[in-house]
Amino acid sequence: MMRMRTIEISVGAFVLAGALAFVVLMVQVSGVSLESSGGGYSLYAKFSDVAGLRVRSKVSMAGVTIGRVTAISVDTAYGEAEVEIRIDPGTGPLPIDTGARILTEGIVGARYISLMPGADEEVLGDGDYIEDTQGALVLENLIGDFITTLGDS
Amino acid sequence: MSADAYIEIEELHFSRGSRKIFNGLTMSIPRGRITGIMGPSGTGKTTLLRIIGGQLKPDSGSVRVDGVDMARVSRDELFELRKRMGMLFQSSALFTDLSVFENVAFPLREHTRLPEDSIRDLVLMKLNAVGLRGARDLYPSELSGGMSRRVALARAIALDPDLLMYDEPFTGQDPIAMGVLLTLIKNLNLALRTTNIVVSHDIHETSTIADQLYVIADGRVIGAGTPAELQANDSELIRQFMHGRPDGPVPFHFPAPDIARDLLERAR
Amino acid sequence: MTDLLQRIGARTLERLAKVGQASVMWALAIWGLPRRGDFALLVRQIYSIGVLSLIIIVLSAFSIGSVIALQFYTQLARFGAEDAVGLGLALVLLRELGPVVTGLLFAGRAGSAITAEIGLMKSTEQLSSMEMMGVDPLRRIVAPRLWAGIISMPLLTAIFNVVAIYGGAVVAVQWLGSDPGGFWSGMQDAVEVWDDLGKGTVKSIVFAVFVTWIAVFQGYDTEPTAEGIGRATTRTVVLSSVMVLALDFALTLGMYGEFK
Repeated sequence: MMRMRTIEISVGAFVLAGALAFVVLMVQVSGVSLESSGGGYSLYAKFSDVAGLRVRSKVSMAGVTIGRVTAISVDTAYGEAEVEIRIDPGTGPLPIDTGARILTEGIVGARYISLMPGADEEVLGDGDYIEDTQGALVLENLIGDFITTLGDS
Repeated sequence: MSADAYIEIEELHFSRGSRKIFNGLTMSIPRGRITGIMGPSGTGKTTLLRIIGGQLKPDSGSVRVDGVDMARVSRDELFELRKRMGMLFQSSALFTDLSVFENVAFPLREHTRLPEDSIRDLVLMKLNAVGLRGARDLYPSELSGGMSRRVALARAIALDPDLLMYDEPFTGQDPIAMGVLLTLIKNLNLALRTTNIVVSHDIHETSTIADQLYVIADGRVIGAGTPAELQANDSELIRQFMHGRPDGPVPFHFPAPDIARDLLERAR
Repeated sequence: MTDLLQRIGARTLERLAKVGQASVMWALAIWGLPRRGDFALLVRQIYSIGVLSLIIIVLSAFSIGSVIALQFYTQLARFGAEDAVGLGLALVLLRELGPVVTGLLFAGRAGSAITAEIGLMKSTEQLSSMEMMGVDPLRRIVAPRLWAGIISMPLLTAIFNVVAIYGGAVVAVQWLGSDPGGFWSGMQDAVEVWDDLGKGTVKSIVFAVFVTWIAVFQGYDTEPTAEGIGRATTRTVVLSSVMVLALDFALTLGMYGEFK
């Protein structure tokens, strides 16, 4: 009977360790935040090109992460991409002339949205659009432009 | 057939692959007695026990155990029926990961809802009956062949079955263990009035305890009667078997072409 | 020629019959109603299948994690992209190597043990005697092993992944001096809960089902001799390893098929 007891204890420890491993994988590896995702507000922005941007990509201002991309869809009428951004609670109001750019971390790193502060008195509210946007720099397009310019000259 | 038959087998046919094992076997096992089933090795004596236990299905013919037709029972009924059968396997078949005590307690735990106290009492009584109450904490690997067979016997009688089947209980036993087993089988039969089937090719031992003997060969019964009657039987085959003669109707040689021709074949 | 065809046909039919037999056995065992005392049996099997596999899992995970980190680092450092070591390591482990290597180790450690154990039970007539006692070996022997495998595998895979990622972190951050911030945040940005962790877990469960199924059936179907058990054990390891790799390809194709 003593043997059964040690078996039970070790099985309990094993299951616990496995469950703990799952939690670590979710929190430390996938970066799921345990705080409730409620709060904060949503903004929208239209870009000519969002290549490489994904749901859950970072949104930052001056290098500080202040939110995440929550949805990406395409507006076929204008051929533009519409991005929904969730700004973290406690970030404070953003001026209405805030700009948004899609940048790359390092040379091959992930795409993220960088917000450039504006100066207006009025601020963006929940569901507002960011007007001043600049899409992703697509390397192929740049090279294409460069070759065309070479040909012209 | 006698009215008091516990098991009735009629015209049993069974084959394994292309090999015919039973070819119209008919026998009846009387209730409350010890019946010995004997025959040369390879005549399917173990197979017969498995058919009685419902582990194998016959090709044709009927097997009735206590009035129940084994061919018609459902899986659930079969398992129910088996609770009333005990079988002692040739290799004892003790569960290697359980102690002696737990082995004997196994059928009780599986089939009854007895409280732990009663299970303990019952197990100790059964172990006492086979003289191994002191070995309860040992594991099967620590037992001698004779001891494990006795533990298996205690396990087989744990649920007080109506039918006890012994598959070659005497093979590989030293004379003392053999004597112990013989006494045990006889005493258990007298005390519990269970129907016993002893499958064996040890003529002498089986004769001393059996009330009735069947000799099977070539897939059918070739002789039946009390041990004394069979000893006196003048059929060649039975005489050969009962007296252990090397050659006779059961040939010494496996069927083969003539030896001279076989040897010359290569020379050519 | 017709002889050959006939032999191929006979072999195929024989194999198909075996697969059918195995499927029936699996279905009967997995859906068999649990009874009083079955939980203790399950715990026992999780011990011998899961807990006893832990050492080999942890050791392999650590070495595999550090080796991948080392290789990624030396290659990525040439582009100045050392920060991508963390995310590369995590993705490779969660999606592929975690479930696959755990599945292979599981087949070698637990699968072979299951086959040998059941084969031995068969050859010593323990299964027959259980049947003769009116106890269904499918319920008593097979079902707890199947369930224990299905429960243990995802846990082992998760433990494998965590140990491997931390092993990689030790190499990349402590030893090679990559930036811990880049290592972890790069990983957290790229790894998705369902796409990476979830699908990897689905894989590990599928592997568990097949490995335990093969192991149990090989044990059950073994020829009851010493050589028979040896052969069955080998067959379990070979068959389930091939199965894990083939299934992995099929699952990757099915779940990550629309490569974006």
